[in-house]
This record gives sequence, structure tokens and C-alpha cells, in this order.
Amino acid sequence: MSEIQLQIDGKEVKVEEGMTVLEAARKAGIDIPTLCHHEKLEPYGGCRLCTVEVESRGRTKTVAACLYPVEPDLVVRTRSERVDRIRKMILELLMAHAPDSPQLVELAREYGADRNRFEKETSFCVLCGLCVRYCAEVRGKNAISFINRGGQRAIAFIPEIAATECWDCKECFPLCPTSYLQAAYALTEALSFPERSSRTSQGA
Amino acid sequence: MDHEKVDQILDEHQGKPGSLIHVLMELQGEIHWLPRDVLMKVGEKLQVPFRQVLQTATFYKTFRLEPPGRHEVHVCTGTSCHVRGGRRVLEKAGEVLGIAPGETDAQSRFTLVEGNCLGCCTLGPEMIVDGEHHSGVTPDDVEDILKKYE
Amino acid sequence: MTRMSSAAELEKFREDILSSRDPERLSVAVCSGTACLGRGNAGVLRAFEEEIKKQSLGREVDVRATGCHGFCERGPNVVIQPEEICYMEVSPEDVPEIVSETLAGGRIVDRLVHTDPDTGEKGAHANEIPFYRNQVRNLIGDNTRIDPRSLEDYLAVGGYSALSRALFEMDPRGVLEEVKKANLRGRGGGGFPAGLKWETARNAPGDEKYVIVNGHEGEPGAFMDRALFTGNPHRVLEGLIIGAYAIGSGRGFIYTRHDNPPLVRNINTALEKAREAGLLGENILGSGFSFDVEVHFDVGIFVSGESSALMRSIEGKNPEPRPKYIRTSVSGIWNRPSNLNNVETWANVSQIIGKGAEWYAGIGTERSKGTKLLSLSGVICNTGVVEVPFGTTLREIVYDIGGGIRNGKKLKAVHFGGPMGGSVPERFLDTPLDFDEMSRIGAPIGAGGMLVLDEDADMVELTRFYLDFLTNESCGKCVPCREGIRQMLKIVGRIGRGEGRPGDIELLEEIAEVSGAASLCSLGKTAADPLKGALRYFRDEYEANILTREVE
Repeated sequence: MSEIQLQIDGKEVKVEEGMTVLEAARKAGIDIPTLCHHEKLEPYGGCRLCTVEVESRGRTKTVAACLYPVEPDLVVRTRSERVDRIRKMILELLMAHAPDSPQLVELAREYGADRNRFEKETSFCVLCGLCVRYCAEVRGKNAISFINRGGQRAIAFIPEIAATECWDCKECFPLCPTSYLQAAYALTEALSFPERSSRTSQGA
Repeated sequence: MDHEKVDQILDEHQGKPGSLIHVLMELQGEIHWLPRDVLMKVGEKLQVPFRQVLQTATFYKTFRLEPPGRHEVHVCTGTSCHVRGGRRVLEKAGEVLGIAPGETDAQSRFTLVEGNCLGCCTLGPEMIVDGEHHSGVTPDDVEDILKKYE
Repeated sequence: MTRMSSAAELEKFREDILSSRDPERLSVAVCSGTACLGRGNAGVLRAFEEEIKKQSLGREVDVRATGCHGFCERGPNVVIQPEEICYMEVSPEDVPEIVSETLAGGRIVDRLVHTDPDTGEKGAHANEIPFYRNQVRNLIGDNTRIDPRSLEDYLAVGGYSALSRALFEMDPRGVLEEVKKANLRGRGGGGFPAGLKWETARNAPGDEKYVIVNGHEGEPGAFMDRALFTGNPHRVLEGLIIGAYAIGSGRGFIYTRHDNPPLVRNINTALEKAREAGLLGENILGSGFSFDVEVHFDVGIFVSGESSALMRSIEGKNPEPRPKYIRTSVSGIWNRPSNLNNVETWANVSQIIGKGAEWYAGIGTERSKGTKLLSLSGVICNTGVVEVPFGTTLREIVYDIGGGIRNGKKLKAVHFGGPMGGSVPERFLDTPLDFDEMSRIGAPIGAGGMLVLDEDADMVELTRFYLDFLTNESCGKCVPCREGIRQMLKIVGRIGRGEGRPGDIELLEEIAEVSGAASLCSLGKTAADPLKGALRYFRDEYEANILTREVE
């Protein structure tokens, strides 16, 4: 693995080839906000909060740091007027769903995002996919699925699997930034395998 | 439902996760919708987690997860048909049938589908029932056209 | 059909076909394109077959069900070769007269020919009809001369001679250079130089490479790919094989729509016949080059026309696009170099190799070479599939070919690119059709769907329509696209109902900036383009719907 030298926020950083800009930034102690990212999971590129400006071969573009591979002589700007505008808008769009999510509230403070910019949406899931991906990639149980697409996209527990796998696992629960997951599970349980309910309320 | 045919299709693609979409298409072509237990079988036979099967089956418009009506009413809502009033035709069809696009009526007579441009923009607004084209349709024509189908 | 295994055998076969055909022989081409079929051309075809038998003309006249002729507005279309007599709006009842008057008697049936709506002038032959005369039909012209299911018909018009030239008179690098020299730019919407794309795939490490035909054509209002592919599948196939040779690919994929049975049938028939003849498969024409193709289907979603999503689909996964940090020419299907091009792009290849890059580059403008197929729709008089050289002005297309606006209305705007494009007002009508010029004014050509709008068109509603389309077609993975479109749709809907709030337009522009900059794929990135275009040229319609006082 060869070494690559790049510049992040004016700082010269040397990292291994194959790393992403996010990994390189973290190595250099530079913070880039993320929501759908998790070290144990494949980078997803769904929330786009990690959008940064990169300049290479004279051209500047905005990319997702969690996915963009480091290049020699890459110039990265993790903050700029444009980047900040993008992050602010993403936060405002997400807060239409989950205005009380602690992660979103904290980031909103930093980027001046207005939780009431948009009218509230009916679902408070932000579709970060952490639950689906964790269950598939780390636990290998595939108990939660994405369903539908576009504006109708949602997560759903698969009752047949959840009935036997979830009650003594629930490792995905702390990952959810909005607590929608816990609510979805409780509903699935109540509808599909209510005989477990009493155990859940004790063990949760 | 022809269980044998279903099994035949699944056996052909046993252990081939890459055939997922192809298999779902074939099954839908054969039995006209994809019941949950068939989807579970697909997962087992093709060695794809059920989650992936569900994700794929719900992702695409083409896959029907509920039994369809005897007749499919497809109202084109592509740009050209839209500019010529296609939306009102769709609304009228929904009114007449008492269902929303994507739904089937309670007697399983009709399934209403709003659709992708089928490339006959010249003929719009276009309503296609069981593959039969009805062109230049206005909301007033809708009821008469649909009456013809049992 | 014997399997041919040399260039000489191909030429002998072609000669045999040509010598067995009398160039003066009458043939009837009954258009079986989607629109004409929808208007009952199947009945017209049957009527011809019956009547010709009845009048005992079976030995003098051929009847062919052909692909789209292009003049969809006036279908059902029938063309009598070799004179190219064009009969329009033909019904089965007209057929006996056509057979006795024209086929047997050599006379024109006046009431069925084109009549100019303004001058009343009649035009029986294609070169007398402005719609056809003002086009340059290098790609689609053959549709009236061939039965798409006949390999012989394709050979009779010179088919596969370009392939033979490529395999036996040129080496792969030479073919690639020729395509680069011709400056063939992608016809699917990207306008990216095909030669460069091919070169990237060719130079990418790896022995197994793929070539793909993107026959998805999901853009609503675009139907020319289907017209071309259904009507002349060999044309596309030939280009694909030449491309595979240039890139070094042994395996190809045709990705097409599942909802068009004639298209699927014709593609499969073409593949079968090409294989039988030794034009596809192992050791093509004895050249040592082997290449074969599989057909895959979309499952009813727009985004699966996006190249990386399409490749995921071929792999059997959900068509979720991958970020373009990884070029599919280097790592595509199963992470192998994959070169994807649109149907029309592939169809151009055989003429580049057959007639040379210099000839090809002589057509068009400085940076947009060749001809372009357009699907004319909307309120234009002559809707259909047309083909013009780049450089033709929008005005010429709308008026000289399109016949102007229906019902005497005024032209308001022309929209290109569907849900990822833009509308431009009347004052831009003298803009030449050119990838870069059109992008500059905010109406990128896209796949070639050209929607014509008149004074009654509601530009806010059109924007809302496109956002609504995208809301269903977005895969939903990333926030800027999924949530951005959701909110833009709400706001534009509100404005459309006359309930716009102060600040709405600015908010739309903010959202548009973010979806454009931060979305994962080009669906999200261009989702707000029709809106941006509308705000650029038709802002007043938006502003008129913003309430400036408090409403009780």
C-alpha cells in the first residue's frame, strides 16, 4: 500500500492509499460531521452531511467524504460557505422528520439550522439505514429491511425473523438517531408477536 | 396458483443470487403477483436473505404484492399525455372505479396503474386496458370505455 | 442459413440477395410502430395481405410490417417503395383502393397523401413532404425499407459491411481512433465523447470487459430509441459488435424495457439470426473475434436507466446508483471495465466505420457531429420521431418539420431533457441544435425528447409535474434528493394553487442548490434543473402566485 499526501484544511496529511477522505481527516484530527456513518459498517453515502469540497486537477467539486478515495495532491476543504450551506439545508430537511434528535439538534446549533424551516413530516425516521445495515453486515440476521423507494421509502422489521432474533439482541437500538427504530420494533412486536411484549418492557 | 411452475422456476435458478430480479419477473409473469410465502421461497432457493428479496420486490413498480384485478387499466401520465390532460383522465378513472392508482377494487375486477410513458405520445391521453389502446381519451370517455370490461 | 466464416462469404451472400431482388419491385411498408399499432395498423397489414392475394399480385408485391416511419401524428402510415409514396391515416377500408389504384394501376390515391394544412399543396412522395424532406434520415431512414425480423433486408441495405471492414481491414485500435476522430458524442443524455469512454475501458486493467446497450429510454416523452431499436435492431447490434472489437470485450448486455413485446421479439430474433449467420458468437465471420450478447430487462423504474444503477440491475441487485468516483468504464458490472452507450449512439457506429470519420464529421457543428433523433411531442402539429443534423435550428425543427403549433396558438416554450432538463422561451428558437449551445441556454438536449408548449401551458404546473415524476423515481437513498424533491414538490404545488408564500422562491433556490451539489447521482443532481430553468425564464409566473398580503 503506497502512501498518499493530501491537504485537508491547509494541513498536510499523509495516509495510506485506499483510505477515504473521511478516514484521512479523522486521522489528522479534523472533524467532519456524519449521521449514517459507522466504523463497523460499509460507508453508505446516504445522509451527505459529510459533504466536503475537493479540488483536484484544477477542478473543484463537492463530494461525500465517507466515500471519496484519497488522491495525491488532493486539496480538501471541510468547511466553506458552500459546504456549510449544504449541511445546514440537509439538517433542516432532516429536522422536518426528527426535530428532537439529539445529534441533529447539536449539529443544528453549529450550522445555524432552523428546525422549523419545513413543515413537519409524518415519519420521524431519517432513513440513515444504520439499523438495516448493522443487522445485515454485523449481525448477519437481516431482520430489518428497507421497503419501497423514493418518497415512500421506509424501514420495516421482518416479523418472521424479528420474532426470534430481536428480543435478546437489540444492538441496533442505540444506533438510531431518532428513536424511530425502537417505536417501529414495539409496534411490530405488538402486532406480530405480542406474546413477547412483557419480556420486552422488562428487558429494554 | 400453479405451485409446480413456481417450483420449476425456482429450481432453475437455485443458488444463484444474481438471478433475483429475473426470477421475480418470471414468477410475476406466471402467477401475476408475488405472495409473501413465494417471496420467502425465492430467498431460500436463491440463497438471498429475505430482506434483500423484500427490498427488491417492494422497490419496483412492476412487482405486484397483492392479487391483481381481472383487468389492468393503465393511464399514461407521461409528459405529453399530461400536457393534454392525462391527469384528469386518471382522476376520473379512479373515481369511476373507486380506487387510487396502484390499487385493485374490492371485486378484483380492475387494477388501476398510473404509468410510465409508453412511447405513443402522439396518441395521448392514452388509456390502455389489458393491452388495448384507447387514444385521445377525455374524462367523459372513461366510464364508457371501462363498462366494456367484465 | 449457413454460418459465414469470411468477409468474402458475407459479400457473396449480400450479392446473392441483391441479385435476387428487382430494385423496381413494389413493396408495401406498413408501419408497426407503437403509435400506428395503437391506431390499428395491424388491421391495415392484414388487409394488404388479403387484398394482394385477392387481386393476385402476390408475385409482384412484397408486404412488410416495418418499424416506425416517424410521422406518428399521421399514422397509420404506409409507404410504397421504391417510389416512396407516403399514404397517411390509412384504414383497412382504404386498402383495396390502394392495391388496385397504386399497386396494380400505378396511380396515386390523392385523398390519402399529405396535404399542407396552410397551402393545400399535396405531396405524395417523401421528398415532397416537408416533414420528411427537411430531415436527414441517416439512422431512421432504413426503417421503411426493412422488416426488422429479416437479416436479409438489413444486408440488402448494406448492413454488416462496416463490421466486416472493422474486423478485416482495421485493427481494434484503428477502429477506436476512427470513432474518436468522428467525435461521436453519447446520445443518451450525457453527450460524453464515446471514443474516450471506449478508450478508458480498453485501457483499464483486466481481461474481461463488457459492452452494454442502454435501451431503457425512461425519459417520459422520449420514444425514438424504441423506434430505432424495434425497427432496425441489427443496426444497433452491428455497432455494438464493432465497439466490442475495439474495446476488447467478449460479452455484451442489452438492457431494455420489459413492457414492449415487439421490441423484445425483434431484438431476440435479430440476435438469433445474427448467431446463425456467424455474425455473432464464436469466431465472427472467421475473424477470430468472439462476442455474444445477453438481454436484460428493467423493472419499471426511471433510475435504472442511469448507468451505474443499470449495471447493479444486471448484477441482480437493486438499481441504486453508485457515486461516480469510481468510473464504470474502469469498474462496472462485477467490478470489471464496462462500457455503456445509448441505443442511438451504438447505431451511429456502423456509418462511422463504413463511410469514415471524415464523412461523419462533415455533418453537424464544430463540437456536435452527426445527426440526432428527436421525439417531437406536445402541441406541435407533426408529432413523431425526426432526425436532423446537429446545427439545425429549433425554429426549423418546430416549423419546417414540425409544421408549427396546433390550433393556431402561439409557441411559448420548448422543453428538452424531460425531468432533468429545462424549458426555453420563444426567443431562443434560432439556437442551433448542439450539445453545448443547448446546455448553455439551460435546455440540455438530454436523450432528445422535445416537448413543445403553447401559450396555454402552465410553467409552474410543468415543474410540479416533473418533480412529482422524480419523487416516485428517486431511489430514496440520499437526503438531498429524497427530501429535497419532497419539499420542492410541496412548495411548487402550493405556488401552483396560488398559495405561494413570500420567501418560497428563495427557499426553492436554496434547496435546488443543495440537491444539485450534494446528491449521490445525476437524478438528484438534475432534479431541480427544470425548476431552475423555469425560474430563469418564467419567474414571473411563479411570482404571480406568491401572496403578498396576509390572507384571512
